[in-house]
Order: sequence, then C-alpha cells, then structure tokens
Amino acid sequence: MPFVTADTQQSDYDVIVVGSGAGGGQSAYTLSMDGAKVLMLEAGRNYSATESSMFRTPDLAPLGGVGTPDKPFGFYDATVDGGWNVPGEPYVRATEADAGRFEWWRARMLGGRTNHWGRISLRNGPYDFKPKTRDGLGFDWPIDYDDVAPYYDKVELLIGVYGSNEGLENTPNSSPGCLLPPPKPLVSDYLVKQRAKRLGIPVIPGHRAVLTQALDYKHSPARVHPGNAKAQRILAEDMRSRTPCLWATPCGYGCAVRANYQSTTVHLPPALKTGNLDIITDAMVYEVTLGRDGRANGVNFIDRISGKQRHAAARVVILAASACESVRILLNSKSAQFPQGLANSSGKVGRYLMDTVGSGVGGQIPLLENLPPLNEDAADGHQLYVPWWLYQEQHAGKLGFARGYHIEFGGGKRMPGSGTGAGLEWLTGGSYGTKFKQDVRRYYGSFVWFDGRGEMIPNDQSFCEIDSQVKDKWGIPVLRFHWQWSEHERRQAAHMQKTFADIIDAMGGRTQHPVLSDGAKAIAPGGSIIHEVGGAMMGSDPKSSVTNSWGQTWDVNNLFINDGAVFASNADKNPTLTIMALAWRSSDHILGRMRRKEL
Amino acid sequence: MDRRTTIKWVLAASATWPLLVQREARAYSAPTARGYGTDPNLSVKGLAGEPWPLTMSAAQRRLAGILCDIIIPADDRSQSATAAGVVDFIDEWVSAPYPDFQRDRGIVLGGLAWLDNEADRRFGKEFFDLEAVEQLGICDDICDESRAADALREAARFFALYRDLTAGGFYSSPHGRKDLDYIGNVPLKSFDGPPTALLKSLGLA
Repeated sequence: MPFVTADTQQSDYDVIVVGSGAGGGQSAYTLSMDGAKVLMLEAGRNYSATESSMFRTPDLAPLGGVGTPDKPFGFYDATVDGGWNVPGEPYVRATEADAGRFEWWRARMLGGRTNHWGRISLRNGPYDFKPKTRDGLGFDWPIDYDDVAPYYDKVELLIGVYGSNEGLENTPNSSPGCLLPPPKPLVSDYLVKQRAKRLGIPVIPGHRAVLTQALDYKHSPARVHPGNAKAQRILAEDMRSRTPCLWATPCGYGCAVRANYQSTTVHLPPALKTGNLDIITDAMVYEVTLGRDGRANGVNFIDRISGKQRHAAARVVILAASACESVRILLNSKSAQFPQGLANSSGKVGRYLMDTVGSGVGGQIPLLENLPPLNEDAADGHQLYVPWWLYQEQHAGKLGFARGYHIEFGGGKRMPGSGTGAGLEWLTGGSYGTKFKQDVRRYYGSFVWFDGRGEMIPNDQSFCEIDSQVKDKWGIPVLRFHWQWSEHERRQAAHMQKTFADIIDAMGGRTQHPVLSDGAKAIAPGGSIIHEVGGAMMGSDPKSSVTNSWGQTWDVNNLFINDGAVFASNADKNPTLTIMALAWRSSDHILGRMRRKEL
Repeated sequence: MDRRTTIKWVLAASATWPLLVQREARAYSAPTARGYGTDPNLSVKGLAGEPWPLTMSAAQRRLAGILCDIIIPADDRSQSATAAGVVDFIDEWVSAPYPDFQRDRGIVLGGLAWLDNEADRRFGKEFFDLEAVEQLGICDDICDESRAADALREAARFFALYRDLTAGGFYSSPHGRKDLDYIGNVPLKSFDGPPTALLKSLGLA
C-alpha cells in the first residue's frame, strides 16, 4: 500500500472510489479514516504539490507564462494533462454557436481540479436547497440546509477555510470555531467596500480554503472524528504538518507547504496514513460492472500505461469522477438490465446539466493611481466579496429574473507579468517611449475587476449524452453536449454588468467600453466557469431523479455518486464545498450501512 | 511632409499591408516545432532550443530591438527593453507553435517588414538607418489606432500588438518588476494589510 497497480491491487476492498478530486478525496478520506478498505482509481497521473512552481517568476516560463492550448491557465498552473481539450479525449458539442456552446474543463491528474481551483468555499443556504418551493422553478433537493450544516462544519474544520459569520440572509454562519480569521483587505478592497456600501451593496470577508493561521490540531480532530482515537491522532499530526499561508505566490500553482486545500495535500495524506487506502493512478474507468444479483461488483478501467483493460472489485462503488465524467461512465455501462445506461431507469442521467452564470467588468480607478510600493499578494484574492443581496427586490418581482449572484472582485499591485502595460491606449492615447514607462507606473495597481457568479436554473435543453460515433483514443464513447441559457440567466448577466459599472462609477473609475446591456452577449459560455454540476440529480422520486438523498442510485443500491452530478440546483455559491459536504455525508451513510451489513 | 506626399504614401501603404503580411508569412514559414505539451517540465526555460527554436532572422531581430527600445527606452529608473531580453521574448512568442501566436507572428513579421518599406518610401533607407527623429515620425503616425489615418489602421494594429509584447516581455522580467517597485513574491510571517496612514490619506480609514 498505498500506491498500487492493476497487478498489485487487492481483491477485498470495501469501496471503490472513482476520481480523486473534491468528491473522491473526501469520500476516500471519510471512509478510510473510519476503517473501510478503499481503492481509489484516478484517470490521470500521480501528482504531488511538491511539483509546484511556487515563487517562480514569469520570466522563467515560456511566453512569460501566458496560457496556451497546452496550459490554458498559464504555464505554472498546477493542472497537468488537462484543460479545455485533453489530447486523445475529445468531446462533441451539438452546436458551435455561442448561445449553445458548452466548454468542458478536465484535469487528468491525482487530485483533479482541486489542485488549481480558486479555493472559494461558500455554503449553500437554506433557500438554495428549496428553490422550487420559493419560486416554482427548477427542483427542490430532497434534503435541506440542516441536513448538510454539520458536514459543512466538518469540512471547514478539516480543510481550513477563512471567513466570517455575518448573519446575512441565506448566507449561513458556521458553527463557532469552524472558520479561520479572514485576511486583511487590500487598498482597492477597502475602496470597493466603501463605495459599494453607498449603493446598498454589502461587502463582507470572503471564504476561501486557505490557512490564514495554523489549524487547531488540539481541538478540531475530536470535533471531526468523535469517538475515533486513531483518526484523531492521524488528523492532529497531519494538521500540525500544514504550514499557514506564506502570503505570496498564487494558490493556483499548487501549494507545496499545504497552506490551502487541494485533495492531494489535505484529503489524501491522512487517508493514506490509515493504511486503508490504495490508489491506482492512470486508471481510466469506463464502466461499472454488475453481478448477477444486479448489484455493482466493481469497475472496468483502461490502464493508461499498458493500454490494457483491467477490472477492480469491491462491495460498494462510488463515482466521483466529476459530474460529466460520472455521467459518461453510467451511460457507457450498458447491459441487458440497463440498456439506456446504468442507474438510468428514470432517463435522467445526463439531464439538467448546470454551470454558473458568469459575467465580468473591469475598470480603472484614478484614486488608486501612483500608490506607494505595497505588497498586495495577500491571500491571492477574495479577501472580500459580495453575497447576493437583493432577496427582497427579487421577491417583489422587481428584477425580471429569478435567483441571485455573488460578486468576486479584485485589484491591487499583483506581480507584473506578460499582460502588464498591455492595452492601455484608451488611457494613454497610445504613448510610447519614456512617457509609456511613466504611464505604466501610473496605472499599475489602479485596475479593479468584478466577476458575477450566479445561479442557473436547470432546463431540458442543457444535457449531455453519448455521441453515437466519436470515441476517445481507447475506444470509449464520448459525451455530446447540448446547452441553452434561459432568459433568467441572460437577464441576470445583464444585471451584473450594470451593477459592476455602477460600483466602478461610485469608485470614481471608468470602464474601457460601455457595459453590455444584452445579456446574451454578457454571459460566459456554458461550462466556462467550470462549475458544471447536475446530470445525475438527487431527488425523492425514482421516476424523476437518479439518486436518493444519500447519492445512492435508485436502481443499484450499492452504487453511489459523490460528486457534483447529484446537484438538484446550482446556487450562486461555488460548488466545491458542497460537493465535499455531501460526499462526507454520503460516506458516513455508507459506513453505517456497511456496519449494519446492508451493503 | 506636405499633405499631398502624405496622401501618396498613405495610399501606397494601404496597398502594401496585406501583401507584406502574406509575403512574410510565406518567406518565414510557420515553425514546425511542437508545443511544450500538457505536462511540461516546469523548469524548461534556459535550455538551448527550449521550449522551441527561435525563428526570427538576424535582420528581423535587429529591427525588433530598435522598435522595442523606442517603446521602452532606458530612463533614470530602469533599463531598456532590449537590455531586459525582450527581443528573445518576442522571438519566442512569434516562434511558438500555437494558433494565437502564429496569428501574432504574421502581424509582427509583416509589421516589421512594413516599417522598412515605410522607411524606404519616406526616406529611401531602412528603418535601422533612419535618424531617431525620422523613426519617431513613423511611430507617431501609428501609435494610436483611434487616431491613425485609415490607410495606417493595420500598421497601427501592428504597433499596438508590438507595444503589448514589448511591455509583456519587459514587465515580466526582473527589470520590469523593479521598475514598478513590485515588492511581493516573498514569504511573509503575516499579512498586515495597507498602512493606516495610507488608508487615511485616501479617505478609507
């Protein structure tokens, strides 16, 4: 143990976990800390955050580190073998037209997308689990906030999340002691806060999975693992070995000192230490296998090194391969019993795919020009944010769209790079020479940006299915995506644009172009915010949902889905924290049923 | 230069731009090297021929250097673009085997050829051999697309891209970080936020 191969794997695992990101990492952690024997299968290669490019500067990277098709988020981005296109692993879009385009980001590596993600960790609120009850649209979850709240607490204690409890509507407080103190704001943050307040827009500390101080290794382990001395000891030791934030170098490079959350630095090390977790990397799962009793008995996968088909067996199978990849595995697991794909008697597998509504505006703020030298690396952004605040106006029907958005924003004297000084003509009149150098100094650090992150309502036109022709390089059929926004999302995007322009205006700033009043132009393409969820929705009725409230598929009782696929709605809150909380809750449920010999 | 002459070379320039870009694209065919891949060695820089061979000719690099230093000359605070290695940066950029960079390659190499063409048209010399004031005269006409004559739009777009690339190469270098007094990227025990006196002076505390 722990890193094994198809040849050295064991034959008596309790649980197979497919995927090693937020959902898979949390599942493997919870199960192995409580004594279950777990085999994790990851499609990509092994990865350690010690590979991180921390502190490396852009001049040491090709092209100043800018994104390329090989490394879309920049040379130093932690993602390896991933991006909008993965070589040899195509997917199909039903249309290339902007309005119907869906982009699918994947990361083929241990830890998946958690290695590079934004670390923004917001809880869904009580409204977010019952959206249909509130406005008649979309679907309610079969659970409510109180079911998940204890798991949000546990996840925050385990991974380390900074933030504050503000008691705002549908923006839940954490239990005492769960959150780390928020970082100090930047100059531009203070200005946003002051001016947004004049517009009635609340600005509060953000929530991110970054250690602003050491974790409380003396008290938290007992709260996370009550009654489990071994787990407490392992976690305490692991918490002690994590270094608090160094206040420098982007989180997205991966954090070698483990000051932020990525599955590879937080979930997997203690899980491996239990001795209960084996991991096979380069294992591309394409099918869940069924026994004669109709129960899942394992998975088939391609060993990417040898190219050979292999099998792994266990009593329980958890899919946490990311929403769309889990859907793909289900739909490709066809049998006489499940001709439409596994666990798809409802016909809902692949349906109700959702992303986040995204739209952004940047501005230049004269008040922030020519500031003295400042180190504003801070916590790498999201020191402050704006939670959705227009509940009353929306309820009164004044907005013209349902569901809200939060605002992420930033500014400051970030490390200069290959974009610094670019595109300044609108401010400089095209200066060059000594004047240009002076202009760049003047404007450096005077820009702010605002990004809206809003809720999309699930619809019948946004889904994925298996393409009838295209296969990947191993011969596995690939996904075909269909996408459509509704007027709710388009109007929300237009509302974002207007709001951001108003804030920039209130800051005494200016935007380069008039903001977009046409929501269809303002909205980012489907999938591009990389918050895709849904596709195997949880519900209370087997006819209209794929899993029950535990992520257990209605059709196969030892098959669980512990990633974003089970989301019945996609609140404006970034999904990762909820994916982890639900995976923990599901895994606890699995442990209980295994103890009772029900699985 | 009187108005009539101006119109004459403006019209001529207008005719030559697309031809020049096409000619340059033909003369210096696209790099055939591969990209660095989806799992590159993160310390790839610094090895000869890595991540891909540079492809600009000596003459192109010489002209590129002159234009870089017109855009970012040395001043009392920092060195010039060429001293910061910007020519290599631009050569690496236009030699990169990715579609967006290949698009920039056509614009950059075409634009450099246009500069020589323009210098010849106006002064009967290569751009390199012009007096500084003559070089700046050409730059003045193309430094702002919104003010450029219609016929110089394409040249102005080239200049805008070239200025962005020059700035990108310079400000991503240690010289650029120093020029902007960037003091981050160092591990800190704590982050204390901006000084209260600064916040007060801005009316934020």
